Amino acid sequence: MATTAKKKDVVIVGLGWTGSILGMELCEEGLEVLALERGPDRDTVPDFKYPDVADELKYAIRYGFMQRPRNSTLTIRRTLEETALPYRSLGSFLPGDGVGGAGVHWNGHTWRPMAEELRLRSYVEETFGAEIIPEEMTLQDWGVDYAELEPYFDRFEKVAGIAGQAGNINGEVVEGGNPFEAPRSGDFPMPPLPQTVDALMFAEAARAMGYHPFPRPAANASQAYTNPYGMQLGPCNFCGFCERFGCLNYSKSSPQTCVMAALKRKPNFEYKVNSEVLRVELARDGRTATGVTYVTAEGEEVFQPADLVILAAYQLHNVHLMLLSGIGQPYDPITGEGVMGKNYAYQMNGGTSLFFKDVEFNPFVGAGSNGMVIDDFAINQIDFAAEGFIGGSYISSGTTNGQPIRSMRLPPDTPGWGGDWKKATKEWYGHSMSIGSHGSNMAYRDTYLDLDPTYQDRFGRPLLRMTFNWKPNDIRMTQFMKSKIEPIAESMNPDIMASGYKADGAMYDVRPYQTTHNVGGAIMGTDPTSSALNRYLQSWDVHNVFVMGANAFPQNIQYNPTGVVGALAYWSAEAIRTQYLPNPRPLI
Amino acid sequence: MKTFLRIVAGLIVLGLVAVAAIAFLPIRKTPPNDQLAANYEVPAGQGEYTMRLADCAACHTAEGGEPFAGGRAIESPFGTIWSTNITPDPDVGIGGYTLDEFRAVLNDGVRRDGTHLYPAMPYDNYRKLSEQDIRVLYGFFMNEVEPVASEGETTKLDFPFDQRWGIRVWDWAALSAPGFTPRYDDPVLDRGAYLVETLGHCGACHTPRNAIFAQAATTGEDATFLTGGAIGGWSAPDLRGPNSAPQTWSAEQLKAYLASGRNDRSAVTGEMSLVIAHSMQYASEDDLDAIVAYLRHIGGGGGDGTQPEPDADAEATTELLASADPAMELGPRLYLDNCNACHFTDGRGADGVFPELDGNSLVNASQTAGVIDVILNGSRLPSTQSRPADLAMPDFGHRLSDEEVAALATFVRSAWSNEAGAVTADDVARRRGNAGRPQDPRS
Repeated sequence: MATTAKKKDVVIVGLGWTGSILGMELCEEGLEVLALERGPDRDTVPDFKYPDVADELKYAIRYGFMQRPRNSTLTIRRTLEETALPYRSLGSFLPGDGVGGAGVHWNGHTWRPMAEELRLRSYVEETFGAEIIPEEMTLQDWGVDYAELEPYFDRFEKVAGIAGQAGNINGEVVEGGNPFEAPRSGDFPMPPLPQTVDALMFAEAARAMGYHPFPRPAANASQAYTNPYGMQLGPCNFCGFCERFGCLNYSKSSPQTCVMAALKRKPNFEYKVNSEVLRVELARDGRTATGVTYVTAEGEEVFQPADLVILAAYQLHNVHLMLLSGIGQPYDPITGEGVMGKNYAYQMNGGTSLFFKDVEFNPFVGAGSNGMVIDDFAINQIDFAAEGFIGGSYISSGTTNGQPIRSMRLPPDTPGWGGDWKKATKEWYGHSMSIGSHGSNMAYRDTYLDLDPTYQDRFGRPLLRMTFNWKPNDIRMTQFMKSKIEPIAESMNPDIMASGYKADGAMYDVRPYQTTHNVGGAIMGTDPTSSALNRYLQSWDVHNVFVMGANAFPQNIQYNPTGVVGALAYWSAEAIRTQYLPNPRPLI
Repeated sequence: MKTFLRIVAGLIVLGLVAVAAIAFLPIRKTPPNDQLAANYEVPAGQGEYTMRLADCAACHTAEGGEPFAGGRAIESPFGTIWSTNITPDPDVGIGGYTLDEFRAVLNDGVRRDGTHLYPAMPYDNYRKLSEQDIRVLYGFFMNEVEPVASEGETTKLDFPFDQRWGIRVWDWAALSAPGFTPRYDDPVLDRGAYLVETLGHCGACHTPRNAIFAQAATTGEDATFLTGGAIGGWSAPDLRGPNSAPQTWSAEQLKAYLASGRNDRSAVTGEMSLVIAHSMQYASEDDLDAIVAYLRHIGGGGGDGTQPEPDADAEATTELLASADPAMELGPRLYLDNCNACHFTDGRGADGVFPELDGNSLVNASQTAGVIDVILNGSRLPSTQSRPADLAMPDFGHRLSDEEVAALATFVRSAWSNEAGAVTADDVARRRGNAGRPQDPRS
């Protein structure tokens, strides 16, 4: 029997990037805000302190900052015919837990989408005709356009303290930046990071082929920085322990470095850790939420009443909670009806490795967002009708780390162990680089999320079930990128070259790490019959539930999602502050 | 023989008379230095503000304890003094104090029951408080503080320091004249003087102590005032010499440091963290400007904040570190492995985030406990209104031996343009497990 806690104005589920941002914004309205975080509390010191956190085995191999499958996981299948099995051992993607969430252990690549990506169906129909859209592809517009979101991209970049080089300021193309990006209202808050030798070699080769290299926008500080909340970053020292680690140096933008200490000062803010929300409770008519029920660290159930519920957990968990709570009609892949769980998508990546006997790359000098990029094959640069796919990719090179267990790049055909492996390691460690493609991934009729019919979690709730596989459209996209990357690589005259791109018939494999860019499942849009959330991230069905995060993406962009997630959080917060709070109701 | 006995008897009689005089002469309490209307009302918010600037909480609120309920340990050369409950609880707090009794505590260090306070309570500074501030503080503690009925630890010093009547003699010898006299014909400087000398009692740490352990001076007119003291084995830096912060930093840098515990040169550590956390971050712009103007004035003018160009010594250190030569000595090698990530090869850190070590007052202090403690235990900035990030340096005591900490501290104290003396492994051993007063200004 759950005890009932004292009512709050707002309860926030999850205390990562979006939870902390909504906490700040709503506390400024004078509301009493409680955030519930299912993981532990985390702070730079002691949790990421130097040098303890620079431990590859503990954090990168044994996933010290990730959720434990025994506490929280999902089941996965690739087709409607398969039986989904639990994701018992982390591999393909790594959701975080604890205060800061995945904002603790990311690399910090912070992008804006192309303007075309936010209205992709319209763009494709207007430019190439609706007939090029494959029948099974459930391509949708987002319901919000780039110009509307621009101030919120700007806001998030200033809070997170992004280092980069603008390529387009108010329509003026700026030398050295990305000439294909949508216009920004101003420069990045910080100049770009210095670059490692692989990035410089790639940029030179790309420039020689007529492409337009620019530095990757980075949530790794290039200098001392103070953000609009008064929070501070120190310059990144390229320690080489970024992704999968908390930053030991106050250099990586995270909820900890950019928001939390300012949020903790708010007298109307409170947060509880080790508190896992089981479901959102709805009023009898199902039109509003009355609060959430959560389990404390001691295993006690508590009902927390609240006027406003913000779901700010990871994408998979937001969708799971909505399905468990009966918010929105579950999606049916056969009829195409329903919205909850619809349009799950991932990220299509590939790459080419280059080995140089005579170049010392010193890979232990690395930063999460180090690198040079070209966007010459981005979504707005490709003739989809001519190439036979919808999508695009940025292409980049840079060094994030030289960690010996997981970053030991060796030539193809090298044995995985034994004397020849040792010999190759000695010969090639520090003598290789890679050029990668980071590409879009479309959503399809049968890529979706629902509740598993068989498996339950430790609270007896059905697990979330993912149905996902690679599709020909996206495989053609990545093969196209291969055809563009390999000539650049060849022009650099490596001693050995090796490519890895998904090819025809590729099936989704959950074992190797690919990316933690899981998107969709509770998507935003303009129509309640085809989206779970309206353009303000408000549930169409339960108007006092707002849902942050990449679950809102109707299909995946070609970029890393955090920049969009941050901007959407500020966009939604603004709508809550100026439109919803004065008159709580469905905003559309 | 008879003569000798007579002298002894005479001395005994004299001694008894003296003791009787100390014990039985009525204590003369300082009268109010201003007549305020009987119905004087404390302006809203003024009580809390004045309490902040007087920094009552730094001592009278314990780590994680109820506000003003006392129980914080204050280390003195004579033993541990425990701060008392100053909530308006009538039994264990000050709820039963009249205004006159309250004034006597602040001005004369005398409790309601007539016993003397140890001068850990800065009544030598507070005796210059204006009557208005006394009224404001009285009103605050009586009306705005929640009574807490918990009695903390009782101070028990060893003989002879447990004989509180002896403090009366000390008071006669040590205390300065009561009351604050404006002297600058400039309201900003006079306000600054009042805040620094009296309400903020900066001299309690930053002025050297004399032979009887009294503050050697209590006003800026005396050249020894604020020329540096010691607390808990740490140096409290000189605030008026040519190398002092007020004389090398710009006014803006000094103000930023007081308001947020950090600026583009340095970051607060040790006891001063509590002063920033509990007091200075709440000071108004005008009061900060007054404090800064006064501190700059008494040292002869004030600095402009320009960083000296690195000299040959500084460049030699930077080059040595940048060479990353595995054959380098232990000290610089430990610096590269432990410190360089934030403080960099040039020892200049990053503005507002990582403090400069080149020229740093803690690094170069004559008392080495500060630099040793920070290496051993780390340090955390207070979260402040303008700079909420409680940036922390981690502890290194768990991974460096006494010899290594000594080699590292010795290197840093002689690196770049620093010229301070060596630290020995014995110095480090003495500080191990002795973090002094807990230093988590988050409480």
